[in-house]
Amino acid sequence: MGRIVQYGVLFLATLFFLLPVYLVIITALKEPSAITLKDTWRLPERWYWESFAQAWTAFLPKLQNSFFLTIMATILSALLGSLNGYVLAKWKFPGASIVFPLMLFGMFIPYQAVLIPLFQFVREIGLGGTLWGLILVHVVYGLPITTLIFRNYYAEIPDEMIEAGRIDGAGFFGIYSRIVFPLSVPGFVVVVIWQFTQIWNEFLFAVTLVSSPANQPITVALAQLAGGEAVKWNLPMAGALLAALPTLLVYIFLGRYFIRGLLAGSVKG
Amino acid sequence: MNWLKNKDTLYGFLVILPSLVLLGIFVYGFILQTFYTSLTDWGRDPAQALSANPQIRFIGFENYRELFTGFVDARFRQDLVNTFFFTLFFILGCLGVGLGLAIVLDRSPKGEGFFRTIFLFPMSLSFIVTGTIWRWMLQPQGGVNQLPTLVGLPKGDFAWLTSREQIWQVSWNDLPFLTALVVSAVLVFIALGAFRSGERRRGFIASGSAALLLLWAFTLGRTLQPLPYDEPHGFNLAFIGIILAAVWQMSGYTMALYLAGLRGIPEELREAARVDGASEWQLYQRIIFPLLAPITLSAMIILGHISLKIFDLIFAMAGADNAPTDVPALLMYLTTFRANQIAKGAAIGMILLLLVAAVIVPYLYSQLKSEVRR
Repeated sequence: MGRIVQYGVLFLATLFFLLPVYLVIITALKEPSAITLKDTWRLPERWYWESFAQAWTAFLPKLQNSFFLTIMATILSALLGSLNGYVLAKWKFPGASIVFPLMLFGMFIPYQAVLIPLFQFVREIGLGGTLWGLILVHVVYGLPITTLIFRNYYAEIPDEMIEAGRIDGAGFFGIYSRIVFPLSVPGFVVVVIWQFTQIWNEFLFAVTLVSSPANQPITVALAQLAGGEAVKWNLPMAGALLAALPTLLVYIFLGRYFIRGLLAGSVKG
Repeated sequence: MNWLKNKDTLYGFLVILPSLVLLGIFVYGFILQTFYTSLTDWGRDPAQALSANPQIRFIGFENYRELFTGFVDARFRQDLVNTFFFTLFFILGCLGVGLGLAIVLDRSPKGEGFFRTIFLFPMSLSFIVTGTIWRWMLQPQGGVNQLPTLVGLPKGDFAWLTSREQIWQVSWNDLPFLTALVVSAVLVFIALGAFRSGERRRGFIASGSAALLLLWAFTLGRTLQPLPYDEPHGFNLAFIGIILAAVWQMSGYTMALYLAGLRGIPEELREAARVDGASEWQLYQRIIFPLLAPITLSAMIILGHISLKIFDLIFAMAGADNAPTDVPALLMYLTTFRANQIAKGAAIGMILLLLVAAVIVPYLYSQLKSEVRR
């Protein structure tokens, strides 16, 4: 009896989580004329691959924007976070225990509370509407989380190792480049995955800071396409699949690190 | 300034300094600037909003007063109510589904890893992707409404996302009174907890404040009327679809948290309870659920601050201009960047910040305090 209930729950839950996926795939593979509300759940009578070709041409420039933006911002914020985390874990300066929570708070604020000055600032320094403006913003607001993850990761490196490095004559930078950085690979994996997913999926900054369609990331382009009523649903569905694929692949192949980042995102010392 | 003499600590400080300056400007500087903007009349006159050098006047808390008591800003007040109900059901949904799935998975069914992957994958998607998919799922004549026809039942006809029906209406004028009732209920709850764990001083303070608040609520609180007329606000049924999609996306997260918690409970504890004759239900009720309480609390805080800020999911699902499913985070965007009412947008941003801070600051404080203790 217990077993039946258990597998019954699992079956229903799987249905709930996978039905949208089924619908996306079959809709993306239907001819536009075959997409009717009545037959939403019916398998396509003829597999129609052109939607993907169309979505690919329409979204390729946006995907390129997203990749450029995400990769640049991820690398920069990971490097800065690594250095910051190293300082906060191993070279605590007076006041660090006050500075750190003030830093962390930046991770949780609703960005609506900084959006207006931010918009003006980015425009005034000449980066308005560009991908570089967006990269700057993602690097800055990514600092709290990357610093937090690296700080917690570096706290695990025993102080004796740092001490041994000092005795051998290494200074602040020597210890970082010869001891801490080489040990950082798993830390970098977690941070890079977290930042990649967050920045790829972000929407509010992208929609407010980048107005020209040429620089739009994929999330903005998808929201605009799906918001229009005239478009047949095969295209938004194919687009949604394209927009989801990079982060989905990261999750499938590096799930362990993905979850670790997820849990680090809810603070935890 | 002894630490300055230590070269390495100085380097450390210099390395972190640029980040601190950046965050100081981008977080605290910009918050202060938004606050100042919210006290001005920037954008009241549309011509002035778009001019290169707008003449901005300081008008104090006028924008806030209008948002809470002005005739034209009823939409903002409905948005606050929307956020409240959305947060409530989103958190309840995620906790319920997450806990249920975690309990089932904790009993090590076959293919556990597979199921875990399935339940967690929506977390990797963008809210825009989720929103686009669910918008299609919830088309009034198709999708979910067509599901019953697959098993021969008549199709559903619920107007997901577009329904204008509202339930549980209360007048905005009752808000001070109701808020006081809720806060005193929480205080009474805290007081009971304090008395039970023997902290009498804390208990007396909490119950004393509860009594004072109740006294205020039933005397002055009743007469405090923000609006000269009745303005009913309630739970918009159009939100049900959005709550469904949000739970779909985020309940994997609570499942992961609860599963980690369940796996952390030693098997001996369960065995001991079973030996003492506890039924499975009693085991959960008396031992396992209390041990999961801290996880529930942090999940509530994380989900709560996400739901207060939610913007992209609604933008993608119902569109920006669908008033029944509006929330303050979305209204701020529309007010500022579409209507060019910049100062009023700033005021909404500040109110959002206060809401989120009320949730996050105590959480950060307790997390970091417990870390220091360790």
